[in-house]
Amino acid sequence: MNPDQSREENFSFNSKILNYIYQAAETGVYDIRGLGAKRHVPTFDDLVFLTASMSRYPLEGYREKCKTKTVLGTRHAKKPIELDIPITIAGMSFGALSANVKEAIGRAATEMGTSTTTGDGGMTQEERQSSKTLVYQVLPSRYGFNPDDLRKADAIEIVVGQGAKPGGGGMLLGLKVGKRVAEMRTLPEGIDQRSACRHPDWTGPDDLTIKILELREITDWKLPIYVKIGATRVKDDVKLAVKSGADVVVIDGMQGGTAATQETFIEHTGIPTLPAIRLAVDALQEIDMYGKVQLILSGGIRTGADVAKALALGADAVSLGQAVLMALGCNSPHYVIENDNVDVTSEYHTLGTTPGYCHHCHTGRCPVGVTTQLPDLEKRMHPEWGTRRLKNYLQTITMEMTTLARACGNSNVHHLEREDLVALTLEAAAMAKLPLAGTDWIPGEKGI
Amino acid sequence: MENIDLDLNTQSVREINQFFHNLNSSDKREFEILHPNGAHNIAVGLDAPITVHIRGHAGYFIAGMNKQAEITIHGNVGWSVGENMMSGVIRVNGFASECAGSSGHGGLLIIDGDASSRCGISMKGSSIVVGGNVGHMSAFMAQAGYLLICGDADHGLGDSLYEAIIYVRGKIHGLGTDAREEQMEEPDYNKVSELLDMAKFNYDPKEFKRVASAKTFYHWSPNSKQFSVL
Repeated sequence: MNPDQSREENFSFNSKILNYIYQAAETGVYDIRGLGAKRHVPTFDDLVFLTASMSRYPLEGYREKCKTKTVLGTRHAKKPIELDIPITIAGMSFGALSANVKEAIGRAATEMGTSTTTGDGGMTQEERQSSKTLVYQVLPSRYGFNPDDLRKADAIEIVVGQGAKPGGGGMLLGLKVGKRVAEMRTLPEGIDQRSACRHPDWTGPDDLTIKILELREITDWKLPIYVKIGATRVKDDVKLAVKSGADVVVIDGMQGGTAATQETFIEHTGIPTLPAIRLAVDALQEIDMYGKVQLILSGGIRTGADVAKALALGADAVSLGQAVLMALGCNSPHYVIENDNVDVTSEYHTLGTTPGYCHHCHTGRCPVGVTTQLPDLEKRMHPEWGTRRLKNYLQTITMEMTTLARACGNSNVHHLEREDLVALTLEAAAMAKLPLAGTDWIPGEKGI
Repeated sequence: MENIDLDLNTQSVREINQFFHNLNSSDKREFEILHPNGAHNIAVGLDAPITVHIRGHAGYFIAGMNKQAEITIHGNVGWSVGENMMSGVIRVNGFASECAGSSGHGGLLIIDGDASSRCGISMKGSSIVVGGNVGHMSAFMAQAGYLLICGDADHGLGDSLYEAIIYVRGKIHGLGTDAREEQMEEPDYNKVSELLDMAKFNYDPKEFKRVASAKTFYHWSPNSKQFSVL
């Protein structure tokens, strides 16, 4: 036999699947991991802007003003959220992340005039103090949830689902459940904590309507209420969230991250962020609520171009999670202490991975001190350094977003529109309902 | 002491809740809420050592997130009475629908009649005393505190329990995953006696059974039987 033929990899049972089967056969248990989907899905990279030329008039790319102010929660709240930029920080728990990281996120968000969000386990004092605008999550677990912190919040986010694991709950493995985390969550130290997949006090949209009214009553109708949904049946879910009374709907696509969940969830549930935003906008338009209820899009947003495309497709703002952690050093081969790089490649190897490929947030042994509760590791991400890094990153993507908006002739990033975009692939064209570049063909439109 | 009447025939839930929220956190007055007529979200987010009597049937989330206040509902209530309560005492003279006392961190909830399914779900340190029966999946994932049931418990009792303890006087129609019946010890009899006294129920602590977590889920492993095939 030809040796090349004998080395042909089986498409169905390739090396990745073989490793999966060998591990399942060895351990009898599925993999849990952090971060988001690694498989290829159509993304915002499959879209490009039709910037100005003869038919449109551009603004000067660096100097002319381009507004980024963003207002969220105008439907019912007495005090809508006013942000300087449409880029917010997603909910990530103290427990999944260290206190240093939460502090750095709060400080950087505040310096950039945007909001950050609590997470499972409740609100820490450091987080509240460092964050000018803080969104308080109401999660199914209700770990650490209390009315005092609720009243201290600037907005409320009811988490129905998450893009990485819609329909599934969370898991915080024992190594991350130190004394403080355990106390905040009213559970024994060191046990593997399950975060429930459904709320304890309501089940469907009719109940949620009353739950939202309860939260409004307790906060005297001051705070905007967001409803966060993992992107699955987006159209129905957005309409039901609006019917339930949401001021803001947060849609989290399948590329969204998690601190820990089953790999089978991360890779095999939900729909990508690209079609999710189009479906959400369609849903609001069908019930005449577009512009009245704001949309926040999350799930794998990384660059200023991503943000600009999300806004052009109809989002009012985006929310970043994994990219924030990466700005703080996630997956870097080194951490920085007193301006010196300390190489930790060998520690990645100990975890069974290597820099650039790590998704071992669930272990609590993050070599760069981002997703850990171990004091020795936590020290590796200093809040001062992290604040500077994250602020720089947010500033960079804000500048990228505005330069694209100006090139499309907009003096306000919220004036970006669908007509500014075309798709490079058939899949992206069909999912976003945009013309394939160089054609006027939108797959699925007009029956073709 | 002055007794102030609030009337839902002439005032809105919003007006009444705002009135309570404007009280000083050390205010000790007594209030009556007349004509609740099944309204939702009455007396939510209270934080003062006041006494409130709700005279009639009420809807969902009554007395939610209560702190300090002593609230009595002279009737039946809908879903999630006293949800996420932090302290104080809530008493339902009638029956309670689903999720009574869910995720309560502290305080005492007493239900004179039956409570429907998921009573005490996710509780985190509060105490719940039910004079009658409870529905299925009660104390699901309950983390801390006590659920005392003077009647029967439907199936799935204490499913996925953490550290909360359940006492049942009547029949247990089925335990949930990882819940098990355990021997009553002296501290259990004392606790049951204390809860019965607080609720003013007259039963013999020796009639109660104890249900607690078998703790096989505390550490995630292939041996923890995290799936069930019926």
